[in-house]
Amino acid sequence: MVSANEEQRTEKIPVWDLPDVPSGNLPAHLELQRTRTVCTNDAPIHTENIQYSGAYASMGVDNSMRFEKFCKNFRVEVIRLGDDEMEFDMVGIDASLANAFRRILISELPTMAIENVLVANNTSVVQDEVLAHRLGLIPLKVDPRLFNYKSENDQPSEKNTIVFKLHSRCEKKSSRINVKSSELKWLPGGSEFALSTEKPTQDSTSKVKTYTSFTCSQDSLPEFSSNPIAPTHDDITLAVLGPGQEIELEAHAVKGMGKTHAKWSPVATAWYRMLPEVILLQEIEDEKAEELIKKCPVNVFDIEDIGKGRKRATVARPRSCTLCRECIRGDDWDKLVALQRVKDHFIFTIESTGALPPDVLFTEAVKILEDKCERVITEMS
Amino acid sequence: MEHGSFNDPSQGTFSMTDEDHTLANSIRFTLNQDPRVTFCGYSIPHPSDARVNIRIQTTGDPAREVLKDSCQDQMLVCQHVRSTFDQAVMEFKSKKALKSLESMDIKS
Repeated sequence: MVSANEEQRTEKIPVWDLPDVPSGNLPAHLELQRTRTVCTNDAPIHTENIQYSGAYASMGVDNSMRFEKFCKNFRVEVIRLGDDEMEFDMVGIDASLANAFRRILISELPTMAIENVLVANNTSVVQDEVLAHRLGLIPLKVDPRLFNYKSENDQPSEKNTIVFKLHSRCEKKSSRINVKSSELKWLPGGSEFALSTEKPTQDSTSKVKTYTSFTCSQDSLPEFSSNPIAPTHDDITLAVLGPGQEIELEAHAVKGMGKTHAKWSPVATAWYRMLPEVILLQEIEDEKAEELIKKCPVNVFDIEDIGKGRKRATVARPRSCTLCRECIRGDDWDKLVALQRVKDHFIFTIESTGALPPDVLFTEAVKILEDKCERVITEMS
Repeated sequence: MEHGSFNDPSQGTFSMTDEDHTLANSIRFTLNQDPRVTFCGYSIPHPSDARVNIRIQTTGDPAREVLKDSCQDQMLVCQHVRSTFDQAVMEFKSKKALKSLESMDIKS
């Protein structure tokens, strides 16, 4: 016969049901693995994100994302905001979403850029195609949301095309001149070049057919009457003309996306980095502290006086850490300093080319991701 | 759009045209966060056609409903990101305006 005492001993108790195992919380080492990337001397570890909702189910920890939980944890803090550059912290979001925003910013936000160049005369040393390419890369200061895409067989109209004129000549016997982007003149009425296929009409009152068919002048539209369309920068050199050389052309800008050609990308760059975290695992004092300060090339550490002539190292500027690992090189330094990155804290930087301010670009990017989701839903139902 | 068995709605592969890692990776994350999903992954069969395949296996719920719910969840998340961001930007701008106003007061 088995005694009650023995029966209790044979009963299997899962390890996580033991009273000293905290429930609802992950053990410290797993929490570190989940939330931090640790930078060791030879390579970073715990770089992967644990996405599966049931990853810690056996420990009674729910890894699924509840919307309320997300709302509670998510926050944004603007660090810098200028006309064409901004930096902000985005905390409490997964890398897959942050990366989606970044990818959209670079390749799926539309802008206007010069796509077709009609060269009437080019006697400069810059070949037509090279000049056209240079023109294409000029950022234009115009809100792309006011225009439509122009597809292959669309007529260029005031809703999908912006026309610029460039006519520059270097007189004989004068010195060389630089043709700058400021010489691109906006033609709100559309192209001024007559279609060559069109037969000259006897009736002089009828309008000559040109390469565009605008129904009205763009500057009569309220959006453009107050702020005329022009390149963002007026000091971009397009070509250098020698004496007697001339360029006469018309440039047609259309709406496009960065994934077709980088000239349509609204950002110079958009990138993020995860927040660096520098932790002193032990007190580092006196000579050791001086040595640590000398080791760091970006000046992350400071020295603080703790009285009696003793000094202690502190982490003063962890944000500027590049995780170069100089401070954990050699002599067991990795036992004194830990370098980590916070997995859900993103320092986002957006450099706009000038078409839209960077904060508007980001909201537009988020909207595009929303539209993508909506497209999937509508296509499936 | 949907490939997969007609007998078993709890699993399926969904093929989306004109999409890439941008949507697929974020949707995979949202799907993996759904407790009803047992497996989820995506692939781009060939780099030169714009198409992703998303594979979903669930504990029993129809895979297409789970995918739709995930899209809905992701839209909610996006909306929250947008409103939080707009608010942060507005706060930053007003703080900056206040600061410049103060410095003007000091000068005058």
